[in-house]
Amino acid sequence: MITRNEILETNSMISEMNLDVRTITMGISLLDCADPDIERFNEKVYKKITTYAKDLVQVGDALAREYGIPVVNKRISVTPIAIAAAGCKNADSYVSIAKTLDQAAKDVGVNFIGGFSALVQKGYTESDRKLIASIPEALAQTDCVCSSVNVGTSRNGLNMDAVKEMGEIIRKTAELTKDRECIGCAKLVVFCNAVEDNPFMAGAFHGVGEADCCINVGISGPGVVKKALEEVRDADFETLCETVKRTAFKITRVGQLIAQEASKRLNVPFGIIDLSLAPTPAVGDSIAEIFQEMGLEEAGAPGTTAALALLNDNVKKGGVMASSYVGGLSGAFIPVSEDHGMIDACEKGALTLEKLEAMTCVCSVGLDMIALPGDTSAATLSGIIADEAAIGMVNHKTTAVRLIPVIGRKEGDSVEFGGLLGYAPIISVNRFGCEKFVARGGRIPAPIHSFKN
Amino acid sequence: MKKAVITVLGLDKVGITAKICTVLAETNINILDISQTVVGGYFNMVMVVDITEAKDTFETTADKLNAVGEELGMKIKIQHTEIFDAMHRI
Repeated sequence: MITRNEILETNSMISEMNLDVRTITMGISLLDCADPDIERFNEKVYKKITTYAKDLVQVGDALAREYGIPVVNKRISVTPIAIAAAGCKNADSYVSIAKTLDQAAKDVGVNFIGGFSALVQKGYTESDRKLIASIPEALAQTDCVCSSVNVGTSRNGLNMDAVKEMGEIIRKTAELTKDRECIGCAKLVVFCNAVEDNPFMAGAFHGVGEADCCINVGISGPGVVKKALEEVRDADFETLCETVKRTAFKITRVGQLIAQEASKRLNVPFGIIDLSLAPTPAVGDSIAEIFQEMGLEEAGAPGTTAALALLNDNVKKGGVMASSYVGGLSGAFIPVSEDHGMIDACEKGALTLEKLEAMTCVCSVGLDMIALPGDTSAATLSGIIADEAAIGMVNHKTTAVRLIPVIGRKEGDSVEFGGLLGYAPIISVNRFGCEKFVARGGRIPAPIHSFKN
Repeated sequence: MKKAVITVLGLDKVGITAKICTVLAETNINILDISQTVVGGYFNMVMVVDITEAKDTFETTADKLNAVGEELGMKIKIQHTEIFDAMHRI
């Protein structure tokens, strides 16, 4: 029998510490929609998504109600469009596909749909080229569509042609959405070692190795971890790690329950739980606050990388035992604009782009939601992508870059994206050039330790 | 047996338990366990109930309890017990 204290503990996590299920994401394969005619392809895509996901929002809301825990987002990920649409021989642009995805997402009531993506770690197909060229326009003309491009893996090395091109694509996307705070770039992720079952946006897509349809769930709860750490303020690292583990276990169990129920009610197999601490701009839902609770004055102070490493590792250790299938990105997210503590740290000068890059060596993702001066060149963006991708490639981990060069703004200004995307101060970028390096072209070979066979 | 937990929190006043129990009785929900405390004027109650034979849907019961909560100026929440089992039992 559950005790009164346990009931009250769970409910205070939900009501006071922002514990929630961050997203239920339905992965849908579009491989069977292939068609030589892009209009017919679009029709099939629209029909498949709106059929499979028609109950997704309603089930998510019902679960939230019955278990008394918010299910914040209901989302969809689809097969990378560069693969699914490769058969459309009569099209030069995939913008109409993005619009179809956008319409389908709006009609079923989800807030984002991911998968306007291409995987070009080793080279381009013709379809990959069309997709990448369509990204700026696609993101400018849609609201819910998210795009991602994988430019490298530990097994294949880095496609530096793609790295160069993505710097240019980010700039173009910013230009086309400059009247809306360059919001297009907030929906575009450049990956190294992208994962196929990530439920979190903007980088979600439904990999080709996945089933026809599945449910992936992303959990969250930085506030719960922070609160738990308040109880062990002066304790040693062993106690600190144990506390994080125990908390992560409890949070994940809730995610597992919701995932299983959602999968049962939607009659779709359960894929994975993504064990991520995903912050929001709300006070008490911040990774930076956890660092402060651990004893750092601000996020970015010396010790931050170690703090993040132990946080990330112990979230996984606790969470893995609580779920039958763990996948996705699984770790702590450090998006700047979506975490008020990180924003404060940037504003105070405690947190710089270079420190953020160091932190991405030990956390789950990468340089996420960072606003840069509007005159940051495409080559500089490519250089940053190359650095981040190299960290992922060499360390066998996923790294991502989601940068927003805010056209017309300079360092010290700020930008407001609204909602879950939050706001961000524009931070400084190293001004020394890397054009010649980026312009070399070709591939960086896979690192020696990837040859494991 | 399908069980649910009802939690009630707010300033203490006359008739809280009576009003909640009326809603439960009307829909044929049996109370299995009640624990309540009043600390510093704050009323805090946890109830475990059997919803197997409930006449209303879970949603309707939740709505009715919400309405009682609003009337009394208190927070009343009904949840399936699985969320507590999942979190606190291996």
